[in-house]
Amino acid sequence: MLRFALRRLALMVPVLVGLSILLFAWVRALPGDPARALLGQRATPEGIARVNEVYGFNEPIVQQYLKYVQALLGGDFGRSIKTGQPVLDSFVEKFPGTVELGVTALLLAVVIGVPMGYYAARHQGRFLDTFIVSGSLLGVVTPVFFLAILLKLVFANWLDLLPTSLRQDPRIDATHITNFYVLDGLLTREYDAAWDALVHLVLPSVALATIPLAIIVRITRAAVAEVLNEDYVRTAESKGLAGHVVSRRHVLRNALLPVVTTIGLQAGLLLSGAVLTETVFAWNGIGKFLFEAIGQRDYPVLQGYILFIAIIYALINLVVDMAYGVIDPRVRVS
Amino acid sequence: MTGAHDQPLLSVRDLSVRFGLKGQRQVAAVDEVSLDIWPGQHVALVGESGSGKSVTSLAVMGLLPDRGVEVGGEVLYRGEDLLTKSPKEMAGLRGSEIAMVFQDPMTSLNPVITVGVQLTEVLLRHLQVSKAEARERAVELLGRVGIPDPARRLREYPHQLSGGMRQRVLIAIALACEPKLLIADEPTTALDVTIQAQVLEVLKDLVADTDAALLMITHDLGVVAGLCDDVNVMYSGRIVESTNRNRLFANPRHPYTGGLLASIPRLDSPRGAPLTPIPGSPTQTLPWTSACAFAPRCGNRVEACTERAPALEATGDRDLRCFNPLADADLTGAAR
Repeated sequence: MLRFALRRLALMVPVLVGLSILLFAWVRALPGDPARALLGQRATPEGIARVNEVYGFNEPIVQQYLKYVQALLGGDFGRSIKTGQPVLDSFVEKFPGTVELGVTALLLAVVIGVPMGYYAARHQGRFLDTFIVSGSLLGVVTPVFFLAILLKLVFANWLDLLPTSLRQDPRIDATHITNFYVLDGLLTREYDAAWDALVHLVLPSVALATIPLAIIVRITRAAVAEVLNEDYVRTAESKGLAGHVVSRRHVLRNALLPVVTTIGLQAGLLLSGAVLTETVFAWNGIGKFLFEAIGQRDYPVLQGYILFIAIIYALINLVVDMAYGVIDPRVRVS
Repeated sequence: MTGAHDQPLLSVRDLSVRFGLKGQRQVAAVDEVSLDIWPGQHVALVGESGSGKSVTSLAVMGLLPDRGVEVGGEVLYRGEDLLTKSPKEMAGLRGSEIAMVFQDPMTSLNPVITVGVQLTEVLLRHLQVSKAEARERAVELLGRVGIPDPARRLREYPHQLSGGMRQRVLIAIALACEPKLLIADEPTTALDVTIQAQVLEVLKDLVADTDAALLMITHDLGVVAGLCDDVNVMYSGRIVESTNRNRLFANPRHPYTGGLLASIPRLDSPRGAPLTPIPGSPTQTLPWTSACAFAPRCGNRVEACTERAPALEATGDRDLRCFNPLADADLTGAAR
């Protein structure tokens, strides 16, 4: 298992090198350029030339790339053209927000979705199954921004139960160590701050969870329905085993592979930033920041963030592949 | 054999199983099936694919799906009707009193958990034993079904075992709690011919050791000859002939039984001699309600066969469902 993980990690290196080249070319292929975005509409040609000179954008692209890689190897991801803040610093500051939101949403989706899908498969064709299946269809087709605004309207504006936006009430003077606000509140024993951060998580994570939830419900239902027809489930029942043993040990274990794949894919999506949700809820995460960086043609930010996201994606994939081995001995790697 | 017991272990009375969801036309997979199994007795249920053998066994086990199925009649186990028992009560009986070995060993074991867990879970469910005791018993059981190095095999997964070994494991699982009745649903069909004999031998020995009664479901009359006391021949969901094994082999009366026996290849027939199949296929049936289902394929057909349904009648040494059974003279040609 360890050797497998190490080999996969080593394989990530060429992938990342290739990706960095593609990225470098791609961000520069975007129409417009950072100097114009920075200086605005009334930029003078001299101003643009100066900005390009300062950032080295007038050099040949290959040379720019080599310089970039050289800096990368020294741990320097460059600075944002817009704010001047080091890319790494801003990532470390904003990524926890995205993780906090994404993980909460994913937990909601898995904890609710897997049992719901299982139940639906066990009661195929009955009322609740039909209800769950059509509900999940509704979940998939509802645009996130629409749902997010609806949730805000109902739970924040009308009922006044939950906050409308931000990760924490700014009036709470909370200490932040890790930038995971809930965790920070617990670590510093500022429990009111932790609670406030948690309350702020409710609406965005519900909005963000709907699509993964709907997908997980459907995949689980399909996988369980298939396993229920397997001979070994009948064997398990012929042993007179208790219902929960049959369902957990014999049905769910076998239905888990496609579900885990889906969870992995969804985790990658959620952690690479939920642009819409973060924007609607003014959530300080990488999704919103990345979106703004595209508008600014902020090359260093784009390159750095997308590289980080690629690494995270690859790591999640590795975890999923290792989970396969744990679940199914037939794909276990020697 | 019946001296010590005053009632059969299992008595199936007029069992019928109909499939079909609400609003659809129902299909009777099994109808009017009655059979008795006395303690320790070995009974065969013989017939082609689709004749309702497996459905009968699943009905006895209470393993038919709970939707779209209508089960009628009685399945008396020690005098108590299993069809009226709650799912919980049935689960208590399954694996401990009545156990089953299924057809396909390649798909009947859970691929993602170890053989050991699959074997010990049935022991832990029904017997008051600790995990360590269950393990010990599991090792012993695997040894008894002829699996070498059982302690190591317990830690392995089904895909690491051959088909024959997997069927041995399934036999060990079924007999783990020493059930009074074992139902074996074509336990050797999916195996190589050489392995078939070995697995059958193991099954036979273990059933004898544990004194279990056996309901052997098969289409293989060779298996019946070596193993069973009584034989029930099924065709298209109904029993057509039911008698003692020796009488059946020596003197089949139903044309279908005669056809089954005639189609067995024989060692003493001349080389290259063609086999004698039953003409037609099991899909060419008439509904039992208005005719004899076997009539379209039957060489002994008379007019009555297509006009009304024959009833299962006791005719001296056997139960027979036929208007024009084979006479003693016919069988010498057909089945000798």
